[in-house]
Amino acid sequence: MSEKNRAVFTGKHFLSGDIACAEGALAAGCRFFAGYPITPATEIAERMARRLPQVGATYIQMEDEIASIAAVIGASYAGLKAMTATSGPGFSLMQENIGLAVMTEAPCVIVDVMRGGPSTGQPTMAGQQDVMQAKWGSHGDYEIVALTPSSVQEAFDLTIEAFNYAETYRVPVMVMMDAIVGHMWEKVIIPPADNIRIVNRNKPSVTPKEYMPFKPEKNLVPPMAVFGEGYRFHATGLTHEEDGRPRTESIKAQQRLVQRLCDKIRKNSDKIVQVKEIMMEDAEVAVVAYGIESRAALSAVRKARSNGIKAGLVRLVTLWPFPEKPIAEVAEKVKMIIVPEMNYGQLVREVERAAKATPVTFLPKLGEEPHRPEEIFEAIKGGKP
Amino acid sequence: MQAEIAHPLDVYLRETGMHHIWCTGCGNGILLNSFVTAMRELELNLDKIVVVSGIGCIGRIAGYINTDSFHTTHGRPIPFATGVKLANPELKVVVISGDGDLFAIGGNHFIHAARRNVDIKVICANNFNYGMTGGQQGPTTPLNISTATTPYGNIEHPFNLVHLAAGSGAVYVARWTTLHVRRLTESIKKALQKEGFSFIEVISQCPEIYGKSTKIGDAIDFMNWFKKASEIQNFSDPAKAEITPDRIPIGEFVDIEKPTYEKLLTEKIVQVQNKTQGGA
Amino acid sequence: MEKQILATKKLWRKPLDAEKIKLPEAQIYIIKDRCKGCGYCIQFCPKEVLEESEEINARGVHPPKVKDPSKCALCGFCTAICPDLAIYVVEKTSEKKEEEKNERKE
Repeated sequence: MSEKNRAVFTGKHFLSGDIACAEGALAAGCRFFAGYPITPATEIAERMARRLPQVGATYIQMEDEIASIAAVIGASYAGLKAMTATSGPGFSLMQENIGLAVMTEAPCVIVDVMRGGPSTGQPTMAGQQDVMQAKWGSHGDYEIVALTPSSVQEAFDLTIEAFNYAETYRVPVMVMMDAIVGHMWEKVIIPPADNIRIVNRNKPSVTPKEYMPFKPEKNLVPPMAVFGEGYRFHATGLTHEEDGRPRTESIKAQQRLVQRLCDKIRKNSDKIVQVKEIMMEDAEVAVVAYGIESRAALSAVRKARSNGIKAGLVRLVTLWPFPEKPIAEVAEKVKMIIVPEMNYGQLVREVERAAKATPVTFLPKLGEEPHRPEEIFEAIKGGKP
Repeated sequence: MQAEIAHPLDVYLRETGMHHIWCTGCGNGILLNSFVTAMRELELNLDKIVVVSGIGCIGRIAGYINTDSFHTTHGRPIPFATGVKLANPELKVVVISGDGDLFAIGGNHFIHAARRNVDIKVICANNFNYGMTGGQQGPTTPLNISTATTPYGNIEHPFNLVHLAAGSGAVYVARWTTLHVRRLTESIKKALQKEGFSFIEVISQCPEIYGKSTKIGDAIDFMNWFKKASEIQNFSDPAKAEITPDRIPIGEFVDIEKPTYEKLLTEKIVQVQNKTQGGA
Repeated sequence: MEKQILATKKLWRKPLDAEKIKLPEAQIYIIKDRCKGCGYCIQFCPKEVLEESEEINARGVHPPKVKDPSKCALCGFCTAICPDLAIYVVEKTSEKKEEEKNERKE
């Protein structure tokens, strides 16, 4: 195979977060992308438009974001690993079909390169204003997985993990990348294909006659048959039985289904949640941050340490399911938690909930720039907002 | 007590889905009958067909047919079907949905899929209203009709779906009523075997709800209206195919050849892969 | 046979090959409990073979019953038009004809 036609872009590169994300998808085995141009995620679509034909796969630019996510779910059901990428306004449009992906347990990856909102907001300026929406954006009770990279390398690595989570738990997985990480350029090391861990969905082990498309097995997840293999199954967005039949009037069917869709993430959260703790062993002040904010936070923590303050950083890698347990454990050890976010108060609410009695200081930031390390350092020093 | 008789078409129906929820005399039932008859007459491999439906009474049809099937959110069967077809071009993908699902909320997706000439078949059960939710107006409700949301009479012009499909670039466009069930079956067979975006409008009776809005009478009165007003004019001008109380132009309107999206995509991929082969 | 031909076809004389040609006999199956009583099969049968029966099925309607099977021309319209797939017509097989002949003898 020619160098240019390879799916895994092995080597040392200097890439932007968007491009690294696209390359991560290809390395994970993504062979379908349906999207719509939107700043600051357009580069992901452009990279996929260029690379997917090279590996014999489909890029299609749909007429809107709703069509994009619908096509992604269709491609997933036809057996491919599929992805779309958007920003706030497109993410809002996709919410209904994200619910469909949850309800029909369609593995897929949705990248939201976050910009200033609400509404059209500031298309070219970064934000972290969609992080609550990632979990609560669609109607109904449901759980998803959301990952957030804080470097271009992570944009590559976490996109692969996003696909792995999607395939393992048959759930839509969000990659919430603030526009700074999306547009900044850094060194990325892409390993050879053999060194990359890929997970594929479980296939049914029974005959088509015995197959129940929504009967759970390992991890509360049903094995997934795909179209065209003779299983002739039905999937619907209506509340349904294990055999796929719609059951719109059964209280038990609703209880069973909705609980399982939530529990498959909640009960497996120990296997899903990822946080990175830096200098936390003896910390008295913890800074809980994610995305680009975590880099400023790390600088602030280092400065605090060199000034004799026992500070540490808890960097969230998974935003959802929210790392309740790690935060609760941190809260027991420290005297104060500081949460800097590029929004006016979102994930801090989850931190407060998990931290219980431990005081939490929130540092908001609206409009493109993350906190400067000095600002976070002042908060660490001052012990109050 | 009658012993359980099987119908020859039962093998094409999903046991766990049947019997269907549709009302007495509902045109959807005839469309189901016609569609599975077409599948039988073509002796299609049921493992390679995917039926996608949207929201509405007709949306339940996906659950009744014994093939891989999917019931999407409102208005979105066409982009879903596009994803399926492009992911596995060997599959025959058929969208069966209603006038509101395909042309109100789903209108944008229809025109773009037709424009791209994606190889999917779209069958629209047009019953002139939103039956499932109780008979509200839709994009094909005729002027002056009193529906649940036009209690004083509809002031909106309806779509001429044949014209819309032809104008958007569909390569096969036909309209039949459920009374013309055999010609409908022939059109479905033709569309299933033709490459490219094919559209069949099925004028379908909704005797319980739309029938009450129009005070047309019962199911048989509805069929008699089809009988009286239908005019078969094959390949007449789609622009002149509007439906009026006195005239339902039916027949085949468009049957052309045009490269499909899949064909152009495959060619492009080959071109790209060959070009980059030499390290260009 | 002669009676049947003349009855269904309104011929002005008996065809010369009447002995050789066998008209197919119709076997109409009605799946009574599927019927929702729309009346299409009864109304649109070109030979008026069906009529509404007196009995009431599981859905509370009167399913059709065959008035005169000899009139059926096996056009299959009832089969095609039924929204509930509750009626279908096939050509009577020779086994079925044998069965009926034996039933008549008993």
